[in-house]
Amino acid sequence: MRDPIDIIVIGTGPAGMAASQVAAKQGAKTLVLDEQSSPGGQIFRAIEANENPKRDELGESYYKGSQLTRTFRNSNIHYLPDTSVWQLSKDRELSYSRNGAAQTVTAKQVIIATGAQERPMPVSGWTLPGVMTIGAAQILLKTSNTGIKDAIFVGSGPLFYLAVHQYMAAGIPVKAAIDLTPKINYLRAIPHLPGAWSGLSHLIEGWRWKREIVKSEIPLISGVKNIRITGEDAATGIEYLKNEKWTRLDGQHILLHQGIVPNINISLAAGCDGHWNEKQACWAIEVDSWFQSSIPGIFVAGDGASIRGGTAAELCGRIAALGALAQIGKITDKERNRLAKPYRHKLSTELKIRPFLDTLFKPADNFRIPKQDDIVVCRCEEITVAQIREAVKSGCVGPNQLKSFSRCGMGPCQGRFCGLTVTELIADILNKPVNDVGYYRLRPPIKPLLLQELANLNSDAEK
Amino acid sequence: MFISLNDDQVEMVTVFFEDRELSVRKGLPIAAALLEAGVAHFRNAPVTGAARAPFCMMGICFDCVLIIDGMPNQQSCMVEVRDGMRLARQSGLADVMSGSDKEQLSI
Repeated sequence: MRDPIDIIVIGTGPAGMAASQVAAKQGAKTLVLDEQSSPGGQIFRAIEANENPKRDELGESYYKGSQLTRTFRNSNIHYLPDTSVWQLSKDRELSYSRNGAAQTVTAKQVIIATGAQERPMPVSGWTLPGVMTIGAAQILLKTSNTGIKDAIFVGSGPLFYLAVHQYMAAGIPVKAAIDLTPKINYLRAIPHLPGAWSGLSHLIEGWRWKREIVKSEIPLISGVKNIRITGEDAATGIEYLKNEKWTRLDGQHILLHQGIVPNINISLAAGCDGHWNEKQACWAIEVDSWFQSSIPGIFVAGDGASIRGGTAAELCGRIAALGALAQIGKITDKERNRLAKPYRHKLSTELKIRPFLDTLFKPADNFRIPKQDDIVVCRCEEITVAQIREAVKSGCVGPNQLKSFSRCGMGPCQGRFCGLTVTELIADILNKPVNDVGYYRLRPPIKPLLLQELANLNSDAEK
Repeated sequence: MFISLNDDQVEMVTVFFEDRELSVRKGLPIAAALLEAGVAHFRNAPVTGAARAPFCMMGICFDCVLIIDGMPNQQSCMVEVRDGMRLARQSGLADVMSGSDKEQLSI
């Protein structure tokens, strides 16, 4: 076996890139693993390819990642892109696949920076070809310079406005934007506004996006209570309920988004404790002030622990790296505290806007807890609301039992697009707190791999 | 419709989707390249056989899986196009064994 690595960082979004460079700067032997082929995570996806020439339509917020990415590239780290991590144990033994070969490595400290994914949006017709997430549309724009002509954007949250704004700037025709932010949320968010004052630049940015959409030719439809996507083999349009009346819009491309939630699969599979975050309506990983999880030596930094946004994620990454460095004696506790101080200060300022954003953009109950029987909840195994209701009626008390009742959550996505819905739906039917209903027990491999890869595990470990 | 926003001359490669020859932009993830080429139906879901196409483009939904050069269950949003690549729609679950393994076993 090779010597254990000092620090392994999983992910190269803002948290992962920041953590890696802090670790390397203090002389830690640092290995960085990432599933994508270039650094940036989803927020700064393909940033290096988009710098020369700069694509203005992607907006200023995107290019905030330029400096961080450059410093990451210039750090003394071992960086493995195109690498899928599929196992992490409590003893910090980690397995990954790269170019069809699997390896196991052990680290003294692990920093999980797997970021966020889009929240599932189980509505009628969301599995039809032609329906994608708004995040997917953004990825197409960033990685491939591909636009979707005459798409209908549907959803809420900062990314909803940002994406429509990017499309406008790129000159791609948008058919309509259906804003699902519940009107009541504006009232609920107002008390949090004074606290959000320090995040004024974010607020102004978001407000500017929205204002420019309103001023544009694009129909911006708000006050919508329900939607359904129509079509047999592909999406043909969307119907929306507004003022007690259903209206139809034809369109082949429907883009959905209702916020982002932590990507928790690797953390939960490793055994890190999690809890239900009611304000954000998602699971969060328990971390201490250094972003160390319930397992010593395993840290979870950035949106992978709980949604704080890209700027905060970078700061969390730095703080987590300092915590990890101190535990292996690369820096003293005193140095750790001193170095973390400016980051902590910035982080507390950055987080003041969260209560406002979390309240304003919490999706309406009916978009998280679907009511209509025929809505597909588990995309992989095609399990509907009706089947889940039936299972609960027959005595199923939580997501794990639901697996044996129906195979719900047992497909290749491993619950990533049904887990939140299943938990909230069962809690709703049983009228129990979500925390009591719990989440899927996740097990490695958290990403599918070939039996061949498993059979040849570490076959070239001595190289 | 999926459109390329690249104005300048771009290098193209040839891939085959269901034996149909397609000229696609070099460097694109397979999923993006096929969408631009007008492919709207990537796979059939395992239970109802319903048509599916890329949904998340970030490697988590598995709705874009294809049979790539004979290998099933491959996430086409995570792999770049290569000249001469053979792509096929996947219907339901993949066979555990590929064709050549089966032949060997049947001997």
